[in-house]
Amino acid sequence: MTKSKELFTGSRRKFMKGASATFALAAAGLSAPQIARAAGAVKIGLIHPATGWAAYPAAQLRYGAQMAIADLNAAGGIKSMGGAALEAVLGDSQTKPEIGAAEVEKMNEAGVHAIQGCYQSAVGLAASAAAAKYNIPFSVDVGVSDKLVQRGLSNVFRMADGYGRIAADASVNLAEINKAAGSPAKTVAIVHEESEFGTGTAKLVTKALASHGLEVIETIKHANPTRNFDNIALRLKSAKPDIIMPINYPGEYILLAKTLRQQRVDFMASYSVLGGGFNFKFVDEMPQIAENMIDVNHWYDPSSASGQQMRARTEADGKYFTFEVYCAYMSIMFLADGFERAGSTDKEAVNAALASSTLDIDFMPYGSTKMVDGQNMGSRAVAIQAQKGDVQIIAPSEYASASAVFPRS
Amino acid sequence: MLSTSLSLLPAGIINGFMFGAIYALVALGLTLIYGVLHIINFAHGAMLMLALYSAYFLFKILNIDPYVAILIVTPASFIFGYVIYRWGIGKLSGGKDQNILLITLGLSIILENAALFFFTGDQQTISLSYSYDSLDLGFLYLSYPKLISFIASLVICGLLWMLMTLTDLGKAIRAVAKQREGARLVGIDVEHVFAVTFGIGIACLGAAGCMLLPIFYVDPYTGNVFVIIAFTIVVLGGMGSIVGALLGGFIIGITESVGGLLLGESLGQIGISLIFILILIFRPTGIFGSKA
Repeated sequence: MTKSKELFTGSRRKFMKGASATFALAAAGLSAPQIARAAGAVKIGLIHPATGWAAYPAAQLRYGAQMAIADLNAAGGIKSMGGAALEAVLGDSQTKPEIGAAEVEKMNEAGVHAIQGCYQSAVGLAASAAAAKYNIPFSVDVGVSDKLVQRGLSNVFRMADGYGRIAADASVNLAEINKAAGSPAKTVAIVHEESEFGTGTAKLVTKALASHGLEVIETIKHANPTRNFDNIALRLKSAKPDIIMPINYPGEYILLAKTLRQQRVDFMASYSVLGGGFNFKFVDEMPQIAENMIDVNHWYDPSSASGQQMRARTEADGKYFTFEVYCAYMSIMFLADGFERAGSTDKEAVNAALASSTLDIDFMPYGSTKMVDGQNMGSRAVAIQAQKGDVQIIAPSEYASASAVFPRS
Repeated sequence: MLSTSLSLLPAGIINGFMFGAIYALVALGLTLIYGVLHIINFAHGAMLMLALYSAYFLFKILNIDPYVAILIVTPASFIFGYVIYRWGIGKLSGGKDQNILLITLGLSIILENAALFFFTGDQQTISLSYSYDSLDLGFLYLSYPKLISFIASLVICGLLWMLMTLTDLGKAIRAVAKQREGARLVGIDVEHVFAVTFGIGIACLGAAGCMLLPIFYVDPYTGNVFVIIAFTIVVLGGMGSIVGALLGGFIIGITESVGGLLLGESLGQIGISLIFILILIFRPTGIFGSKA
């Protein structure tokens, strides 16, 4: 013991200086937008967290957006502009709002005509506000905070649902599923991550569930990342909720699911809202854990030919068909339609065209696009469930591909 | 709420112990390298990530259990660390500490981005046949992977302590740490000792990576999740102290776990920062550290 105490004699100050330097360098950010120039092209900036903990969903978003751009260009580009090609300008937010906003400044300098992003609501809020200074059309591909479209910014649009409508739909769907099973569930425990996404969604769901007779008896907030979910599992075990409702990002979603099983927590259903980890990969790799788990999320329409085709193409490229792929694809289609109808890259004209969009997205379970204050009112999230190694839509009934297994088997 | 938390306290403390041992193993490499080379290895997180990926691919491709993979990844990590220092960091730095800092920082950027390029940002997890088997303590199911990781971490810490205190190599390392010119004068190959120490530090990460894989996930940035904790443990335990790293790991593990129970899993993290600040104010050398 004494020996080890005297083993070394380093300078604490030097250590601390070095540690501070690491954090400072990490915070400063090291990347710049990657710009591919071509005369006459319609440039669309893609801002996503390409590096950092959200690198995977960011890669999926880029993939979906670039697939849409390739498809549109192959189909003749923006015809009303003489077949102008679309061109992606890539930006990396590094998961930080200030970097996301800085990327907008760089993209404005680079002359982008529209921007799409940003996966995290906090980054989307900062980046879209920065884009508003230049009136650059900004389409939110993934980002659920309703604040994104509630600030009166005429340049910001979102095709997919925000957490307000998703929370309401999630509650209605849960109530219906529960009722169909004879209303065995009375109580819910919410486990959510600590940022705007998790906290905001949890508040809205809590309120919405109450109106359907489901009581939230425990709400547990956790950090990003959380290294160990044992305590949370034990707290849930003690609270004995009928439904466990995770609202978190992929890594924590999967760790929580594994820990619930390890600690043998008994519940009727895991019913996540915008569960970051619920996708084909999870169901493929952890079928025993995933079986009968339910999620309410953006999801494609598996009965549509274009949806099936997009899934096949994505899987042929060795990728999983996650919601990021088709949300990004849809968002590019929306922007391209705006340029098509505006017939130019004039920002005022494009924003006006986007605001009056009636675009039909046939690979999503949506009605016609109808923008109200930048939010598409034709969008709708669905409840999906892992069943026998596949994912089925279980609600709403008009899109259901299977009946819900509830309580879980 | 409070009564529930108190009833879960014993389980929380045990959880803290379990994770604390693994934290200690990550911190051991950091404290050892700092203690001897007097530099901070900024690539520590990136090298932990590499160890996790090594264990992951051994499992996925060759179906080697991560705990068995310790026997492969640990020596491989030692060789990697030795080579990187002897023919990379040591040569390029020209013996200047500030150069070493920059080189390790550059190395971390290269490793993380290479991992992002080759392995993508996708988070990978594994399920073992015994992943969900556990020891029933009545108030807690102690999963076998966590239990194995805990015991293996303690064994490795013990072996390292014995290496440092009972062997000639350990004496040489300590001599270089205390007085490198003196050590050189009595015939110790200082550059070799530096490289060996760096290798041992990275070998600790190799073992830690194998133990973390069954209970966590791996992506190109996973290492950073644990390195921030490791920095705190090194400051708490005393820079360069093996026993300090182990004790620091337990303290931080329990603080995190109990803090989470009492203050909530999000706010509970504040306990770690609080310890960091308190130790800097009241015992800047750490529990087992000595003054420079």
